[in-house]
Amino acid sequence: MNNLFTLLLLPLLTSVILAFIKEQRPAKYVALLLALLNFAATLPFLCLFQADASIQFQQQFDWITALNIRLHIGLDGISLPFVLLTNMLIPLIICTSYRRAVRPGMYALMSFMQVGLLLVFMSLDAFSFYVGWEAALIPIYFICALWGDGDRIRIHLKFFVYTFFGSLLMLLAIIYLGQQAGSYEWSTLKSLNLTAMEQAYIFWAFFIAFAIKIPIFPFHTWQPATYTHAPTTGTMLLAGIMLKMGIFGLVRWLLPLTPHAVHQYGSWVLILAIIGIVYASIIAIKQQDIKRLIAYSSIAHVGLIVAGIFSGSPQGLQGALLQMFNHGVSVVGLFFIMEILSTQLQTRNIQDFGGIATRAPRLAIVFLIILMGAIGLPLTNGFIGEFLLLIGVYKQGVWYAAFAGLTLIFGAVYMLRLYQKTMLGTLAPGASDFQDIKGMDFITLLLISAIVIFLGIFPGSLLQLSEAAVNQLLVDLSTVKSLY
Amino acid sequence: MLAFIWLIPLLPLLGFIINGLGQRSFSKSFIGILASGAVFASFILSVAVFSDVWSARQAGEEAVFTQEIFEWFAVGDLQVSLTFLVDPLSSIMLLIITGIGFLIHLYAIGYMKHDAGFGKFFAYLNLFIFFMLLLVLGSNYLVLFIGWEGVGLCSYLLIGFWYTNPRYASAAKKAFVMNRIGDLGFLLALFFIFGTFGTLEYAGIFSAAKDFPMGDITLLTITLLLFIAATGKSAQIPLFTWLPDAMAGPTPVSALIHAATMVTAGIYLIARSNILFTLSPITLQLITIIGLATALLGAIIALTQTDIKKVLAYSTVSQLGYMFVGLGVGAFTGAFFHVITHAFFKALLFLGAGSVIHAMSDEQDMRKMGALKKSLPITFSTMLIGTIAIAGIPPFSGFFSKDEILAYAYAAHPIYWVLGFLAALCTAFYMFRLIFLTFYGSFRGTASQQEHLHESPASMTIPLIILAILAMVGGFLNVPEALGGGHALANFLAPIFADSAAIKAAPTIAHSTEYLLMGVSVVGALVMAGYAYFLFVKKADIPSEERSGMAKLSYHKFYIDELYDWLLVNPLKWSSQVFYTVVERLGIDGLVNGIGRGIGGAGRTVRLLQSGYITFYLFMMVLGVILLFVYGLVSI
Amino acid sequence: MENIVQNLQTVPLNHYILFSTLIFSIGVIGVLIRRNMIIMMMSIELMLNAVNLLLAAFSVHHGDSSGQVFVFFIMALAAAEVAVGLAIIIMVYRNTKSVDIDALNKLRW
Repeated sequence: MNNLFTLLLLPLLTSVILAFIKEQRPAKYVALLLALLNFAATLPFLCLFQADASIQFQQQFDWITALNIRLHIGLDGISLPFVLLTNMLIPLIICTSYRRAVRPGMYALMSFMQVGLLLVFMSLDAFSFYVGWEAALIPIYFICALWGDGDRIRIHLKFFVYTFFGSLLMLLAIIYLGQQAGSYEWSTLKSLNLTAMEQAYIFWAFFIAFAIKIPIFPFHTWQPATYTHAPTTGTMLLAGIMLKMGIFGLVRWLLPLTPHAVHQYGSWVLILAIIGIVYASIIAIKQQDIKRLIAYSSIAHVGLIVAGIFSGSPQGLQGALLQMFNHGVSVVGLFFIMEILSTQLQTRNIQDFGGIATRAPRLAIVFLIILMGAIGLPLTNGFIGEFLLLIGVYKQGVWYAAFAGLTLIFGAVYMLRLYQKTMLGTLAPGASDFQDIKGMDFITLLLISAIVIFLGIFPGSLLQLSEAAVNQLLVDLSTVKSLY
Repeated sequence: MLAFIWLIPLLPLLGFIINGLGQRSFSKSFIGILASGAVFASFILSVAVFSDVWSARQAGEEAVFTQEIFEWFAVGDLQVSLTFLVDPLSSIMLLIITGIGFLIHLYAIGYMKHDAGFGKFFAYLNLFIFFMLLLVLGSNYLVLFIGWEGVGLCSYLLIGFWYTNPRYASAAKKAFVMNRIGDLGFLLALFFIFGTFGTLEYAGIFSAAKDFPMGDITLLTITLLLFIAATGKSAQIPLFTWLPDAMAGPTPVSALIHAATMVTAGIYLIARSNILFTLSPITLQLITIIGLATALLGAIIALTQTDIKKVLAYSTVSQLGYMFVGLGVGAFTGAFFHVITHAFFKALLFLGAGSVIHAMSDEQDMRKMGALKKSLPITFSTMLIGTIAIAGIPPFSGFFSKDEILAYAYAAHPIYWVLGFLAALCTAFYMFRLIFLTFYGSFRGTASQQEHLHESPASMTIPLIILAILAMVGGFLNVPEALGGGHALANFLAPIFADSAAIKAAPTIAHSTEYLLMGVSVVGALVMAGYAYFLFVKKADIPSEERSGMAKLSYHKFYIDELYDWLLVNPLKWSSQVFYTVVERLGIDGLVNGIGRGIGGAGRTVRLLQSGYITFYLFMMVLGVILLFVYGLVSI
Repeated sequence: MENIVQNLQTVPLNHYILFSTLIFSIGVIGVLIRRNMIIMMMSIELMLNAVNLLLAAFSVHHGDSSGQVFVFFIMALAAAEVAVGLAIIIMVYRNTKSVDIDALNKLRW
């Protein structure tokens, strides 16, 4: 079972099977079952993984021989957390839809998206990376545009075109690299000797593609509207997993391929990321729509992750990998709670809520745990992530860390405002017959809370996977630095 | 017993987990016994640990014991392990936290008996004890920081315990956010420490710091940032306004968290890092000034408050200011001594106030009280003891600790002493004002309240009595030399402050001066007590709604909350709106949409060529062919 | 047979070219300025035949018969085209009661 192709084929098969199930109930069961199977299939790789810098479980076959394109996949310490996150979150996201009416087609699209995501995370060939990148975009577009609300067609078209524009730049860069190297192999591209000028162009082409996807200020404006008007399942997929593609792209492709440009322009990116943190946090403070509030908080959080990546220190990079995992888990939890709240009250306006803790004590507790994870309280996962990231940023400059650290304060302000306005205070008129969470909803949120606390106490379980790979990456970066 | 250090925080944690899971199914008595029992067991262990440390100290050892639990995380050159450290400083903190914590748990069983959230309350209280123990037991700054933020969370939960009241929920949020401002300072300090010393362990940092020159700029930055953290947690200017609002929580919470333990974490932090501070005289100067300003400000505001808990809250702010003055002038032992005595008498006063409020059917306004001496004899006598202690009248505990701080302040600069003395005068006045308004005069409440007047049950009075005894005798822990004492506490704590003492020796004050200072402050306190008696008992001068001048300013807390709203909160809200509507919507997204619209517009214009007239298309085609021909001919 | 070819070759090639160009231009102008679909069809036929003539002329000129093969192709194609085209025109006429080409301007923007 340690053929890595199983991880790609299983969701593909799932997607095909689900496409033929028209009834809602069986579709749910089958989707959950197969997603769990998929997650189970990931575990052997996790167990067999050697925590060193090598790329393991490699599989490849020639795809388009004329262009020297291969389907080459493998796992290392950097990609394993992403793969784990994807295969863990998909069943969780299916669980969140368990007690809600969902079109069966959504599950098929979701599994298909999973194929694309996994291909992105595992691929060692720039061409197949790009294929996965686009393959993940199309199903999520349909999920959002078909089952979203409001002005869904226009908003999601904008999302599609915007990200597609970025991908186009990346495609150009990949083609150029392929022409130069005669191959799209990651290791070949990495050892290409590019001039500073070439690196600069490739850096920005890749960066804009990733920046739009993540999103980094000022390329973020598609995100709040898309998150807000997508069906919540789609939002979870987008925020929980999809944007990790961009983060992964930065670590896997941008840093090793254009080390010189990273040294040259890294601080610009750092500044952009930090502006994004402060900017998005401030906007989140007064948002009335709770979904939009979480969307802006997400921009602030990923801003910090990007800042950590460009800090060029082991703490920053490891923190980024840990925090992207944390962010995926907690953002799914937050959007799920938002969904529970808004479906029962038929509104997303924060002013229409209040006092729900009296009606739903269980929800109040898990909400609090997930919230504390999001604002980085010690002994929750968010703290270790933020702490490492900020240490990384600190190594680039004290003032960077001071401004990025404002997220600590603003995060508390907007998250506690969210909690206070929804859960505390006097009972809102519409909430008098609010039902506390039970059954699958409760189990799902408990699982998320458990992950939040577990990773807060034992962050080493995740950090040790990536330690060697990150150190290797940093060694590569610094040796290249001395060359120029 | 040192092998069982890990059990001390674990027991309250288990209490939290069990009570938290079973709060709905367990009976109230079981919950109460479990929660208090867990803390009591921790207390017994703490006593055992303390006695080990004590005997080690008697044998002349440094008495530092560490116990590694597990490695928390290690990234690059940063390694953090969850390690517990027991030394004289933390062993005393253990006793305070678990001892007073246990008494307050006991008290809360009676106080919270009729509350629907009984189980939740005790779960939170146990969680608080856990985090507080973690705070003092950590052997590095990051474990301290876990506790530091953890107690902030518990404080948030307990201030907002009656969360259906939106004002209480807001007070909880305010406390958390203001603490977070301090915490950012703490984090930055941690980064500087890690950047400078390459570790976060106390032992490594302090031994390396010794070799730094006096007034080193890095140490200055670190200490300033740590002080910012301390101002947040310990409610000093400018981050003190959350503490009075925190009185929204149940009274046992105010006693435990907002008087005896959590708010002294800032003092613990600075006392723990004393070597860094001793090497940064500028920071110490700043601490002294801020401490004095806070002591005075708190005391002045407390003069006119009418809510019994608000008086005590501002009194706490003021007393914390004293402790900072102590730290600032180098009286580390004195400051820590005051932490101990303050924990005794302020917990006592809060619990007494709680007893009064309980008897008065949740009335907190002192103007509606009066003449409670008869109906609440135990509460009255214990609160009186607490008042005498805080006012600094010998031989009760407050006298010793306060006068040690004031003596050091005098040695640093006489003006410090004068300001501290003024604050002490105010303290004596507002505390006796509280006693006289509450227990003397005539009853001013409603008839139904009068019917319900009753002394509190034993579970509430026993803690009061124990704390009263402690408040009486606590001062003898560290009797100064001038009064024939042996500085027992100072000797016990000596290894903690040894490096600082080596750099900056304690000031020597002539015994005659010390007697004079003591005499003046005692006489001053007695005079103020007499003045309060004259005003509130003889003249029965009940504070009215109309105030003018200073009184009005003091009653409205110098409008500091309003100032912060105007200066920080409103601009933040405003910029949030502006960022969203102008920069985000019109600016950045406007640009993105503008590009989209531009392309769309171009399409709309160009498509007009598709007129639908086939002749036009044909004409264009022919024209094109002809142009191609012409081009071909010309280019030949 | 031999005679005809020789006689034809006595006519200079330029004459054929000029003649075909003339006919072709008449066809183009007819298509451009007339709006009656039937006349436009006829103009197209003119153009095709002009090309046919030219192909035949060159074929004779070079003594290569493949040009004439093309002519037959084109004639077959033209016949098919006229069949389809006229059918379309009839359908258009039935629907719009007109054979004016401008009646077919629905397919725009």
